[in-house]
Parts: sequence; structure tokens; C-alpha cells
Amino acid sequence: MTTREAIGLIASQLKEELAVCTTGYTSRDVQALRDRPENFYMIGSMGLAASIGLGLALAKPDKKVVVFDGDGAVLMGLGNLPMVGSLRPAHFIHIVLDNEVFASTGNQPTYSNSVPLEALARTAGYPVVCRAEGPEEISKGWAQILQQAGPVFFLVKCQPDSGRPMERVRLDPQTITSRFMEALRT
Amino acid sequence: MTAVGTGSECLAALKADGFNFFTGVADSLIGSLIEELSRDPAGYVPAVREDLAVGMAAGAYLSGRWPAVLMQNSGLGYCLNALTSLNLIYRIPVLMIVGYRGFEGKDAPEHVVMGAHCQAILEEVGISVEVPNSKDLPQAIARASALMRAKRVPAAILIRPGVLS
Repeated sequence: MTTREAIGLIASQLKEELAVCTTGYTSRDVQALRDRPENFYMIGSMGLAASIGLGLALAKPDKKVVVFDGDGAVLMGLGNLPMVGSLRPAHFIHIVLDNEVFASTGNQPTYSNSVPLEALARTAGYPVVCRAEGPEEISKGWAQILQQAGPVFFLVKCQPDSGRPMERVRLDPQTITSRFMEALRT
Repeated sequence: MTAVGTGSECLAALKADGFNFFTGVADSLIGSLIEELSRDPAGYVPAVREDLAVGMAAGAYLSGRWPAVLMQNSGLGYCLNALTSLNLIYRIPVLMIVGYRGFEGKDAPEHVVMGAHCQAILEEVGISVEVPNSKDLPQAIARASALMRAKRVPAAILIRPGVLS
């Protein structure tokens, strides 16, 4: 299953959740497959999607917050894991699309082929850690996750996409902010 | 400079201006404020690195909070990408309360270069900087907060040695 297919499968099942999408192809894929005002497309600041999600989850403990992250971004912002694992916001769902490369810059390798990110999350204190590969495991894993008190680390193993990438994020950053905040108020 | 500002006075000024989400990384020059926050219902979320604190503050702002990030100026380098590629372009305000190590070159060697340039680095990317005395710290906080509200931008207050006791 490619990264985009995995993103599409999960994004299609989103309901009320707030979604923070990491930089690069991830935000572009989510925009193309399931654009909604509750999505925050982070076009810069790689490594901080989980920090933004954590800030949201701490400030709004009753809201479900989903972070669409990548293996490269998790490794870049590794300090997020012990903060989430210690502060333990119950409605924080950290999805990591792990294709073992920096896909948006040309598939240069990260280190997730040799370092199991889910083991890092478990050690960091995430009470729920789930690993899935392929559509069936992803759908089953997602259904289970929604029943459990988090924070959840959902590692989705996937392959990099080939061919033409999805369109760049269309909204300008200020509009992403105002649209997201408006969605949160209503 | 005489040390007249206390952590509790600083926190009272911050609360008066609506600040209600506090995160950051520890620094001795603002230690009394962090101590005060840790005892306060407002709370303090310790971060492991300054850019992650800026990210958390951004998330808190998006959900309606008014955030401040505490740090030493050595952490500004880590924050620069967050400030330029997140806060400034997304119009996400944050107040940075920054321990001004290396002020006038009087500090340990590792603080001297950042001490000499931190103000210029922030101003160069378009972030307004206040360097208050103890007695005008509340006014500096009020000015920074007003700027954040008006323009939706980050603002910084550099805390020199002796300003907060």
C-alpha cells in the first residue's frame, strides 16, 4: 500500500477529529483526498506537527486530535515522544506514515528501516501502540484505536508513491489558521 | 541594576494581559517565573526543546489560548525555523520570554555570541523585541501583548540578569 493510499483510507474515516498534517506530501495528500476545515496543513516547521497537536490536545482535552506525521518528521522531532508519553492527553492520536524515506524531497532514506519507531513510542510512554500494514490491518487498527484511551501511536508501514505528486497546499497559511480556528469555534 | 521584579509580579502582569498557556525550557534568569507558574493553577508545560515549545504554543493558540514560551536565548536558534515558517506566515502569535544570557559579553563563553546578536537576529526576521528593566516589565508585557493582538505576530521580551529575582 502506498503512503497516499494509506492516508486516503484513514482520512476518509475522519469525523469530528481535528487533524494536523505534517509538511510536504502528507499535507498535499490529505488536502487532495479529504480537505476539510478541521485540517491544519503545516507547510513548514518540519517535526512540529506533533507539538502543535499536543498543544491542541492539552488546551482542548475533550477534542480528538489526529496528527498525520511521517517517519522523517518523527525522527526530526523525537523530543515530542516523551512529552506526549508523559503528559498523556487521552484524545491524542499520532499516526505515523512510515515509508522509510523523505518522500517529498526525493526518497532519501531516514533511519526507520532499522529503528522501529513504535518501540520508541512505547518506551516514551504512549499507552496504546499499534502497527499496521495494508488496508485490512489499517481499517481494523483504526476502529480499535477509536475505542481506546490514548495517547495512541499508530504506525502505518507503507511504500513511497511514484508518479506525479498531489497539488501544493492551495490555501495561504493565514487562511489555514483562520479556517481551522473558525472550525474549532463552531 | 537592582533586582526588584519577582516571579509572582511577572506572572500577575502576564495574567492581566490574558496569558493562559505557558510552556518552555528552563533558564536560571527566568527561574522564579517558572517556579511561580509550577505552583499556579495556570500551570507550566515543560518542553524538551524550545522549538517544540513554540509548536505546542501554536496548537494552544489555535484552540483559543493566549500563549507564552519561556526559554534561554541559546534556544532561539532552535526556534528560528518555527518562528519563520510557522508563526510569522500563519499569523500565530506567541510571547517569548527569553533569558538574556551573554548580555554585554559578561557571561560564560558559550553565551557570548548569541548574547551579542540575539536581539538583532529576532529583529532581522521581523520580531519585535523589548529589553525592559524590572519596573517596566509589566508595561513591556502589555505592549508585546497588544502588538500580538493587533498584528497576530510573535513578540519577544529579553530578560537581563537581575530583572527577575
